[in-house]
Amino acid sequence: MRAPVDQVWAWLSELADPEIPVLTLTDLGVIRDVAWEGDTLAVTVTPTYSGCPATAAIEMDIAAALRARGIERLALRRQLSPPWTTAWITAAGRKKLRGYGIAPPVEGTAATGRVAALLGARLEVPCPRCGSPDTEEVSRFGSTPCKALWRCRACREPFDYFKCH
Amino acid sequence: MAPLFELCLRMGDSTLILGQRLSEWCGHAPVLEEDIALANVALDLIGQTQMWLGLAGEVEGQGRDADALAFRRDAGAFRNLLLVERPNGDFGHTIMRQFLFDAWHLPMLRALAGSSEPRVAAIAQKAEREVAYHLERSAGLVIRLGDGTGESRARMQAALDALWPWAGEMFAGDGVDAALAAGEIAPDPARLRPAWDGTVDAVLAEATLARPAGSFFHRGGRAGRHTEHLGHLLAEMQFLQRAYPGAAW
Repeated sequence: MRAPVDQVWAWLSELADPEIPVLTLTDLGVIRDVAWEGDTLAVTVTPTYSGCPATAAIEMDIAAALRARGIERLALRRQLSPPWTTAWITAAGRKKLRGYGIAPPVEGTAATGRVAALLGARLEVPCPRCGSPDTEEVSRFGSTPCKALWRCRACREPFDYFKCH
Repeated sequence: MAPLFELCLRMGDSTLILGQRLSEWCGHAPVLEEDIALANVALDLIGQTQMWLGLAGEVEGQGRDADALAFRRDAGAFRNLLLVERPNGDFGHTIMRQFLFDAWHLPMLRALAGSSEPRVAAIAQKAEREVAYHLERSAGLVIRLGDGTGESRARMQAALDALWPWAGEMFAGDGVDAALAAGEIAPDPARLRPAWDGTVDAVLAEATLARPAGSFFHRGGRAGRHTEHLGHLLAEMQFLQRAYPGAAW
């Protein structure tokens, strides 16, 4: 029996990202397509960063979840183009990130668009805890490839910033 | 060998060897934040390697995948730039090598993003976003360390002088490049020089470092002729798959 595609999307929207479990895979925007091809369900996934170790875990989680729902023939496809961007993180996902203590990406500030300003454009990232704009970057990378380490000068708390990409 | 296969090896071997070099810093960097940053850049580069070498294996059609190409070739079969096999030296030396490479890597990927070969374009578009961030970081550190203390400035100038003769290879084309350019698969390497010069000159000026005058450069990496350093690197990187072929976990 072929489950409706909307139902499959709903199932996938219950799966958490392995490294930032407050986000679901659909919040993150990594599932690009769900379609039936005859009696095979094709799910197309795009990686966030090309070396992100979560990519393999995400694919295993999708396969396990869909098999548990009775999907017998599953084709997982990995698609590179168009490349993943943080612009695909949903509004709900951004809200969840902030609630979790991770500042969501400030859109329009990806490195690819600002290399002309190589010599020191300052980025303003509001603190996810107290909302103060008085924050500073501590390190260009954090605990995962998608994050940088920041701290708030107002409430003194360190926080992760989900980099615009 | 087919030019497209060579292109994939040249890109993927350079990202692999630089990724391996950066991984050598893991647990040894001067501060924890930089340790994490070096490892994350290495992770991006090794992720890009999986795409390039994966495509190389697909194009070759002999059943070799990215792992087979990474772990079961000897030095003479590697096509990386000589620059990326240079030993790490001190932190400043590692950052200068990264900057000289990133300043080439970004315009190279931007050119490849418009390749007539869609699989090359897709990989380049994916990698370009990551490498733009790498360049921002390495340029920022070159400026902070160059325009820093007397000690840091002297180390950055020494690194630049030592690495300079290994940079010119990035712009020296050969018959493979000519075939790739004719097919609009990849740019003529010399075409990338103005963008690289522009970035390097702007950053060195801000860093108060002097651009070396010499125009001599070593070449050979892209044709499989390497320095003695590559063999040592491969001996460590490939040990497990050589000792226990096919080991998986």
